[in-house]
Formats: sequence, structure tokens, C-alpha cells
Amino acid sequence: MKNRKFIYLRSTLLLSFVLILFSGCDDDTWPLSREVSDEIDFAKFGNNPEVFIDGFSGGLEYLPFEGSKLDAFSVDTEVKYAGTASMRFDIPNFGDPDAELGFAGAIFPDYGGRDLSGYDALTFWAKATKAATINQIGFGSDFGDNVYRDIKDQYLVTKQNLRISTGWTKYIIPIPDPSKLVNESGMFWYAEGPENGDGYTFWIDELKFEKLGTVAQPRPAIFEGEDLEAQAFIGIQGKIPDEGLTQTLNLPSGNNETVLAAPSYFTFSSSNVEVVRVNQLGFLSPVGVGTAEITATLGGVKAKGSALLEVSGGFEFAPVPPARDPATVISIFSDAYANVLVDNYNGFFGGQTTIGGAIEIIEDVENIIVYENLNFVATSFTNPTVDASGMTFLHVDIRTEETIDPGDSIILELIDFGPDSVFGGGDDTGGGITFTSGDLESGAWISLDIPLVNFTNNTGGGLSGFANGAKTNVAQVVFASGTISSIVVDNIYFYTE
Amino acid sequence: MNQKNKLQMKKQLIPPRYMDTNKTTFLIAKCLLLTAVFLVNFSCAVDDTQTVVNFTELTFQDEFDVDGPPDPSKWTFDIGRGPGNDGWGNQELQYYTDREENVTINNGYLIITARSESFQGASYTSARLLTKGVFEQQYGRFEARMRLPYGKGMWPAFWMLGADIDTNPWPGCGEIDIMENKGRTPTIVSGALHGPGYWGGNPEGSNPASKEYELTNDRFDTGFHIFGIEWGPQYINLYVDDVLYKQFNPEDEAVTGPWAFDQGPFFMLLNLAVGGNFDGPPNAETVFPQTMLVDYVRVYEYNEYNVQN
Repeated sequence: MKNRKFIYLRSTLLLSFVLILFSGCDDDTWPLSREVSDEIDFAKFGNNPEVFIDGFSGGLEYLPFEGSKLDAFSVDTEVKYAGTASMRFDIPNFGDPDAELGFAGAIFPDYGGRDLSGYDALTFWAKATKAATINQIGFGSDFGDNVYRDIKDQYLVTKQNLRISTGWTKYIIPIPDPSKLVNESGMFWYAEGPENGDGYTFWIDELKFEKLGTVAQPRPAIFEGEDLEAQAFIGIQGKIPDEGLTQTLNLPSGNNETVLAAPSYFTFSSSNVEVVRVNQLGFLSPVGVGTAEITATLGGVKAKGSALLEVSGGFEFAPVPPARDPATVISIFSDAYANVLVDNYNGFFGGQTTIGGAIEIIEDVENIIVYENLNFVATSFTNPTVDASGMTFLHVDIRTEETIDPGDSIILELIDFGPDSVFGGGDDTGGGITFTSGDLESGAWISLDIPLVNFTNNTGGGLSGFANGAKTNVAQVVFASGTISSIVVDNIYFYTE
Repeated sequence: MNQKNKLQMKKQLIPPRYMDTNKTTFLIAKCLLLTAVFLVNFSCAVDDTQTVVNFTELTFQDEFDVDGPPDPSKWTFDIGRGPGNDGWGNQELQYYTDREENVTINNGYLIITARSESFQGASYTSARLLTKGVFEQQYGRFEARMRLPYGKGMWPAFWMLGADIDTNPWPGCGEIDIMENKGRTPTIVSGALHGPGYWGGNPEGSNPASKEYELTNDRFDTGFHIFGIEWGPQYINLYVDDVLYKQFNPEDEAVTGPWAFDQGPFFMLLNLAVGGNFDGPPNAETVFPQTMLVDYVRVYEYNEYNVQN
């Protein structure tokens, strides 16, 4: 599911579901806190601040990401800011056969572990063959192989979109809370792709941790600094999105620098643990009816942003569809049947106000579609289109998330792209059917089993002819309404009795 | 003043806090150069027979130990946007008030708070305290221990104006900027003198006599620092904490007009301006509210030459 980020960033309106994306936390993501025995003898870690000055510092390794251009990194003795060598990174062109996933990226760990708690920033000098923007660069990535910790990338720090120029410039990536880094192995990491399809080269030199003493004025944030309100449901776990966890520090230049900071830098808390519990990784567990505010601190500083969670009970899912012979079902979106390949659950067409799409409620178990600001929206399945000529019904479960007024209606449409299997071309057919207020229910699921021959209305796009058409290249299911803006959809499938 | 007296005078201006034993070797070499007036005493200070004397007789002191509004027997306020309603001649953006929201004493500190709020036609509020008509003094040691705000557009200042300003208009009255800071440079403060022919905004192109001081591995907005001057006839010394970073005198090449600082008493000002000609306006990155904390303001009497022989 790729909609998560979109949902978080774009829609605080999807209140019911904003936070509720995952569940089934693995044991290794729920580390237990254990009392430390008095007799334990803590290992002492070195505090070498140098990562790469003129060569690999002691213990440093180079581990490129799977699928990246594996040889993107080299040691350059020709181009350097100071000393005898620099780190050179050759970003591939689009389509470079040596870069399976089209990017360059690597981590530089020291699995011996270092105590970096005496420093406040990772600093380096860098330049590039052209002005560019490095997608991600930072430290704290260990591929889960830090032997002193159970949590992968526990103190990951990511500077996103670092602007880099053709002249040597010093960059400062602040440490969100140095006191956490007593046994760090992630010294440096980066990930970067082509710029507008073109590769280029950048160099990094004098890469080291420093105690600048001039990195100050911390302003941590969760939920991107926003105060959210959301509904949550008992038994359905969520997670505070990592993308919204940031630390901002003021640099000696006077400029603010914001980095993504891993959850473990934060101390999360719930105002009512009998309603929602939150653990150290930001996993949220609704356990009782009521409201709870989720807040956080980082290094003793209160983070901007919060979530007020209202828990009214468990989540009511749509009725589970009956077991059917697979030969009698073509499923577009259902957890009960195998689904056909779907392009998207929201095409974001011109003139469309509808936001939302498919959301995973319980990982691998429950998915639903949420639409907000509905005017019209299509779920498209064009690769390939569906031959529904052997089917007789369309099934859809719909829950209207607002009060039903007498004039309310929801229109369903089916679009067939015709023999050419593509939109347009003069061979498309379509048909619609309208459900009025008497058919709908507020806050409860209705299950519709609609004979395909009932899709007789002209569509909003002006198509007709579906009901009596061939139905051999069905490509879209459309939901539209001029009066209702918020619906939840599940179990879209064709079937025959 | 003959050469001997001049040397003696300079000698006793160097308080012990300026001594830096690490520099002794270097400084001895300079000891013979009379022009290196500050350095003379570094080396001489290691001589036990020398006694260095500070200005130590308090004439004004506010430790800000009583919560609430500032002591009216020590401080008055400037209110508004200046007599010309032009941001006090500097295009400053704030409206100065004496409200608790902008100025209060709490927990041992004077707190001046700059806020982003619509008030009396301005977009920001803040406060400016002054001792005009309450405490005025010529010469001596003037110092304040402060923690500064940060962010583009912040313009905190601890400064002085000639008390005759109403009859001898600025810059003729003289201005001594003990400390000014541009909020976008959290490691740098500056001191400056304004007088006839050397003043900010001078269309003839000359500038105030000014000097910057930069902290190493530290900032002015994360802890308290002491900002002060020692002021006597024909000289003004600028210091931060234990570092004397500049002496101005009439011979200084930056003093491009008459010395305006031997003509009577000055009063003090403490303020936090927003925007204006010094650092420009705040930007989207500037965080509000911002606070300037003052731990104390102390003034010591000028004690003549205090020659010890």
C-alpha cells in the first residue's frame, strides 16, 4: 500500500483512519524494558569522531543498498577538499543497467560501536559536478546489525533534500539528542537518484562528528507539528508516522536545520493509558473507550504536535462476503477473494475533488477504501481490463460517514473501454445507477448486489450502452455524488450465481 | 596628558579578568610597545608589584530580584513606535509597551519578550527600558549579564545615549552601543560609537565606529554573557565576559568626527527591537515569541586614574 504517506500528509479529514494503519506488532518491535543488574559491566565504546578524513576510519565499512549502483562509491585522490583523498559518489543515469533500482545509496557503519554522545553534529565538506539535491543523507543506519541493540536503525537521522553546489561547502547535520548515541554504529548513509534523469558526481570530505557548541534551540515535532484529532478503534493498532518526526536546530549560521529523527529519540506519552497506550517506537494501542492525547518530548523539550484520539469501541467492518467458486467471481477489491490487478483506487482526474483511496486497516487482513470530499472518483483496472461478460452482478458495500438527508444520493457507474481496451476511441460504453436516501444508511454498512443490466443511466462522462453491451473490457468503477462527501467502500466484485 | 600618565592610566584600566596567562609569552614581546596599550598590562600583571584596579564602586545596581514590573525608581519606558512613528528612526517593526506580556521580572530575571501580534497598527510588540532622568552618569563601568534571543529580525541591545539629547540632538549627544546583536548571527555581537560624522544611516557614507566580537564554540542565545564597557576620558573599552575586544579613543581611525563622550552624563537603554535597519525583518524561520533575559545591570563609578604609586 502506497497511500499511507498521502493520507497522512494530505488529509487530516480522514479522521477515522489517519492513525490506524498497522497492527500485529512483531515481538522485536516491542522491546521490553528490563531492569539492569548492578553487576552488569557496560562495554566502553571508543569515541573516535572521524568517519572519513583521508580514508576509512578504524572499523568503518561500506555497505551499498540492495538494488543500488553498487560501485557508486570510490575513494578519490584527485579531487579533495583537504588532505589526500575524498569520498566520491557517482550517481547513475536513469536506466543505468548497473543500478537495478535506479539509484545510488549506501551505509557506512562501524559495528564496533562508537560513543558519539560528546558531539552535536555530523559535519562534512561537499561539492558536486552540478547543483543538485541529495534525496537523503544522514547517519544512524545499521541494517539492523548493531549487536548492542534490538532495534534496527534505532537512532536514524535523515536530512532530506540537501542542496549541494559546485563549490566546496561545509554542511552540518545536527544530532537530535547526542545523549542517545552511546553505542552508535551508523556513521553515515545516503541515498540519491538521477537529477531529471541524469547522473552526476558529488564528493564528500572531512566527514566527522564534531562538538560545535553552536547547535542550539531545539524544536522537535511529531505529526509534522500539527495537532490532529482522530478516531481510533479498540484492538486496531496504529503508529505515529515516522515521516512526521523531526528535530529542528539552529545552526551557527543562524539557519534552522530540520532532520527526520527516529522514534527512539522521542519519549511518547498518552494522557490516558486506559484508552490508548503508546510505546517507545510510537506504536499506538487503543485499549478502552474514551479520549487520550498523544504527545512527546525529545531531550526534555516538548515536541510540537499532538493527536487527540477518540476511542468509541471496535471498528465495524463490512460483512464478510460468502465463499464462492472462484470461477464465479471477479474481485476488484476484497479481502475475501483474490483481486485482479488494480491501477489505483483514485485516479485524481481533472475536476475531481475526491481525496482518499485504499487503506490497510489490519495488515494483510483488512483493507477498506475511504473517500472524502467526494464528487466523483474511479477505481481503475486497465492492465488488463476485465472480461465481465460471464458475470451478472456487481457487489459493493458502502458506509456513508455522515447524516443522510432526503435529497442525498450516490451514483455508481461502470465503464467498459471497448475492443481497443483503452479509454476513448469511440468504442467505450458506460452505465450508471443511482441510490437515493432511502437506500443509504448513516454510519452503517449497506450491501448492494446490483444486476449489471441495471446500469442503464448515461454516465456523468456521457457514455451509455453498458447494460446491454459486451462487458468484455470493463475498466472502471466510479462513485459519484453531488450531496454526500464522505464514504467508506469495501468488497467490490463481479459475480454470477 | 603626558606619555607617562597615559601609560599609567591604561595600565590600571585592565581588570584582572582580562588576564590570560596563556598569552603571557606573546604579550611580553609587545610590552615595549606603548601603542599596544592593552597588552602592556598583560605582561605587567605577572609582576607582583603591580596592582590592577577596577572600577568597583557601585553607583547603580538592579539584580531584578523582585517579581513583577521593573522598579520605577530605576527604569522608565519608551512606548510606541517612536516620536516620528517611524520605528524609532530605524524602521523597526515593533510597538513598545510596558505590558507584562512584553516586560516583567520573574525568577530573578528581567524578561523582555518580543511577540508577533497585531497591536496598535504594528505587527509585533516588545519593550524598551531606559534610565533617562532617573540615572545618568559620565564615565565608569557599565555592564549587564544577559541571554539573548535568536532568529532573523531580532535586534537586542544594551546601549547608552547622551543625557543632553533633548538639547543636543543625536548624533551630537553621542551614543554608546555596549552590545547589539543580529538575531541571525547567534555567535556574534558588536559594540559601537555614534557621534557627529560617524553614525548609522549617515548619507555621507561614514559609519559608526563599531567592532564585532564572535564566540568560539558557543552562542549568545543559549547562556548568559556579560556585556560591558569601561569608560573614561578619551577612551571606551568594550568587553564580553572576560575578553576585552576593543578600545575606542579619539585617535581611532573609525572615529571620523569629534569625540562625543567627554561632554556629560549618559543614560542606559535595554530593548529588544524587531526588524529595522540593523538585521532586516523577521522571516518565516523566525520563532516567536522571543525573549531577552537580563540577570543584572550594574554601574560602577569612574575612579579617576587610581594610580597606585
